[in-house]
Amino acid sequence: MQWETVIGLEIHAQLATMTKIFSGTSTAYGAEPNTQASAVDLAMPGTLPVANEQAFRYAVMFGLAVDAEIARRSVFERKNYFYPDLPKGYQTTQLEKPIVGPGHVDIELEDGTKKRVRIHHAHLEEDAGKSLHEDYHGMTGIDLNRAGTPLIEIVTEPDMRTAEEAVIFARKLHGIVTSLGICDGDMSQGSMRFDVNVSVRPAGQEAFGTRTETKNLNSFRFMEQCIHQEVERQIDLLMDGVAIIQETRLYDGESNRSRSMRTKEEANDYRYFPCPDLLPVVIDEDFIEDARRKLPELPDARKKRFQAEYGLSEYDASQLSNNAQMAWLFEETVRHGKDAKLAANWLLGELSARLNSEDRNILDCPVTGAQLGALILRISDGTLSSTGARKIFDALWVSDDASVDALIEAKGLTQVSDTAALERIVDDVLANMGDQIAQYQEADEKKRKKLMGGFMGPLMKASNGQGNPKLFNEILRKKLDQ
Amino acid sequence: MAISRLEIEKVALLARIRVDETQVTALEKDLGNILGLVDQLQAADTSQTEPMAHPLDAVQRLRPDTITEISQRDAFQAIAPSTEDGLYLVPRVIE
Repeated sequence: MQWETVIGLEIHAQLATMTKIFSGTSTAYGAEPNTQASAVDLAMPGTLPVANEQAFRYAVMFGLAVDAEIARRSVFERKNYFYPDLPKGYQTTQLEKPIVGPGHVDIELEDGTKKRVRIHHAHLEEDAGKSLHEDYHGMTGIDLNRAGTPLIEIVTEPDMRTAEEAVIFARKLHGIVTSLGICDGDMSQGSMRFDVNVSVRPAGQEAFGTRTETKNLNSFRFMEQCIHQEVERQIDLLMDGVAIIQETRLYDGESNRSRSMRTKEEANDYRYFPCPDLLPVVIDEDFIEDARRKLPELPDARKKRFQAEYGLSEYDASQLSNNAQMAWLFEETVRHGKDAKLAANWLLGELSARLNSEDRNILDCPVTGAQLGALILRISDGTLSSTGARKIFDALWVSDDASVDALIEAKGLTQVSDTAALERIVDDVLANMGDQIAQYQEADEKKRKKLMGGFMGPLMKASNGQGNPKLFNEILRKKLDQ
Repeated sequence: MAISRLEIEKVALLARIRVDETQVTALEKDLGNILGLVDQLQAADTSQTEPMAHPLDAVQRLRPDTITEISQRDAFQAIAPSTEDGLYLVPRVIE
């Protein structure tokens, strides 16, 4: 039987405000435990929440970016449950009247087809604290610094059909919130967390299958793995005639396994009701227009600009424009290094591969746009061979503020383009390659081209990788074809 | 409308309120009366009524995004039952 996968996402993005959603406490990451947990955040008796204007501005900016309706009047509700990292015993959130109504995000699939993913709504709420289950004499440690950090929870319609589609959408959304500057997008620190709702159904069937929800995926890779794994698990069960249970699951990226956290029967009855401590929030047209004026360039517009301004291919432009940091690094590099195509190749090739292999985020990329630009200048003007350029890149990666020119000097990597010097090397090398020369001279033109490679290796080696390969090639042709 | 003992026990558990056997009987009667009142309210036609989010006819004043709080951890932790390394300690929770 053919199965179809149905995926919907819920995304929690921490808003990049200075302070919490209901108190003037700092939200800066990495402070000593509980030093950013004030009386309001701790739910001390007699305290009252006051909503943060910037959180609303950011939510409205998000709504405008995804072409959504903005609710002129939104209401906070209490979602009641008991957990030690939630001091009030309820989470203040929005349910019936969220700030952002239906919208959409257009994505482009790998084969180039465009697809629209509908946003059901997005609402404002507060984050919880953190529980540390390490050993505190059989107790649990609670850090409430994160409690009250503003979140926007973005809920999609079940519009995605493969794990790959879900990841493309997630990346696009990540690009939108980071470009807007409303979230730093650092998934490793939990700034953006994805919950995936997955179900399967026989191809052609209209009704959805029973879905499961897997919570708190904190990387795109885990998200993709987790969906594949969950789809397989559900299909296996259905093939064995076992019904899927609607449940919440936890995924462990290290082992690529998930386990059930709670089933629907055990699910909390959250007893939502409008929060009596907070009045309805009314947003007027001026506020919305002001947010609209604050909208920066978004990934789709940036992609078009990169194609027009730098002559990039659609693929390169789309890869470079989605992530705001990547786009910024690209433009910095071009500003210093001029050649946009070369800059694109280095960023999408060497640099991205290195970040991936070290599991690092573009946010902590150790090479600056100025350094990369300087490197590109030296490639363009022929000072560096491609091998030499890669060596400099390696050195830049591990040093703090090295200058490209100083490194070239120190490592003696200046490409030799002095024809007389190169000719001497060619003569020396050819002196010991009599057999290959004979073979070459007997070969036809087509075969000769292939045999050239056999000479280039020893030449590059003899010149310590510094010989200009283009000139080597010319000299070699001249000598061999004599 | 009547409420069952089972429902009372479930609500008590969700609200973390300890209710003993003898209290359940009294609560059955009291809560039953309250629910009767709710039934009476339910009879009103609200199809044209906007749900009321707050009894005050006012709107929320928003606060500028500036830091106004300083750390008072020592004062807060002085009245906490148990702390260590700046953390509040609670009975172990396992999900």
